[in-house]
Amino acid sequence: MTLTVSDLIVARGGIAVLEGVSFTLKSGRALVIRGPNGIGKTTMLRTIAGLQPPMAGKVDAPEESFAYAAHSDGLKSMLSVEENLRFWASVFGQSDIDGAVQAFDLEDLLPRLAGALSAGQKRRLGLARLLVTGRSIWILDEPTVSLDTQSVARFADAVRAHLAAGGSALIATHIDLGLEGDVLDVGPFKATGHHADPAGFDESFL
Amino acid sequence: MIALLTRDLKLAVRAGGGFGLGLAFFLIVVILVPFSVGPESVLLSRIAPGILWLGALLACLLSLDRILALDWEDGTLDLVATSPLPLEGVVAVKSLAHWITTGLPLVIAAPVFGLLLNLPAPGYVWLILSLAVGTPALSVVGTFGAALTVGLKRGGLLLSLLVLPLYVPTLIFGAELARRGAEGQATTTPLLMLAGITFGAIALLPFASALVLRINLR
Repeated sequence: MTLTVSDLIVARGGIAVLEGVSFTLKSGRALVIRGPNGIGKTTMLRTIAGLQPPMAGKVDAPEESFAYAAHSDGLKSMLSVEENLRFWASVFGQSDIDGAVQAFDLEDLLPRLAGALSAGQKRRLGLARLLVTGRSIWILDEPTVSLDTQSVARFADAVRAHLAAGGSALIATHIDLGLEGDVLDVGPFKATGHHADPAGFDESFL
Repeated sequence: MIALLTRDLKLAVRAGGGFGLGLAFFLIVVILVPFSVGPESVLLSRIAPGILWLGALLACLLSLDRILALDWEDGTLDLVATSPLPLEGVVAVKSLAHWITTGLPLVIAAPVFGLLLNLPAPGYVWLILSLAVGTPALSVVGTFGAALTVGLKRGGLLLSLLVLPLYVPTLIFGAELARRGAEGQATTTPLLMLAGITFGAIALLPFASALVLRINLR
């Protein structure tokens, strides 16, 4: 399960923000993406996850291997914690949620409505969702927002366990997770602005 | 897919605005009509099929923007798009959930509302049949409209403007079927046309909806 990104140009709102991004992520490794606000970390992760097409370049990975987690957790406030987790597990064809519940210490919260959780608890539930996907490459965008130090440690443990099991993780974050991973600073890849959209204006409508 | 359907139905029941809202709106429209045109039973029974269809259509419209907008806001759509579910299937299931929470109650409650408008006795069967055949198209077309406007803040009004013209064929043949049934005329042609529109919409529009949804997610 190797993810290879070569000469990627990603665009936000039709304007290239990052260009020439290339890296390889092997299984068992984590890659931490760093860079200032607005540089295009989120855009790059969305492009790699397949939510938007790249302007140029290639993303090579096995089919259906990504689990994507972004700023919003995709939780339904009128469903309980358990129902939320079970829903995502069945979407990904899994049935076991116990591991995810234990990893993020959600046992006491299971019968509660997700709407009644604090921001940090919601985040924990959102991250627990990664464990029920059964996918090997995690793409995480600022996963530690609103987590306390204890939960950050829990999260780092979960990532470590995932890596040890042969998975890999691509993480955009500003804090030090204490992971033994490589760091990619995307600052030097900032687009210089001479890229016109190769497919032209119509591309957005096709 | 089934998990998505049960989740949507559960949410519709728990969050309110699913089963009850459209039905209550339909009821109010039907009750207001005699106030506005006068309580003459002859006139009412003549316009009843048309009014009932118009009411059903407006009641459907009421909950359209909830089909996708809520999932967009909390990020569920992004996550579903990266999941193994095909987006075409997702929008089809969403349409089905909308029909079960909005269209189906209207079909079941229609005879009661027909009574309020003095619908002629032979018309009830045809009214139910026309709604049962026609309302799925309303949900599917509505989902397409919802997919088009999903990223927009306060897209509800734009959604209505986009979707209402697309409802015209269904309204014409649905109301015509109910009217002919009520007056005891031949009903085959409007029934076939209505069924054709519905099946055509079900077959084609999920693909169009998934396509515009992908563009909107970028």
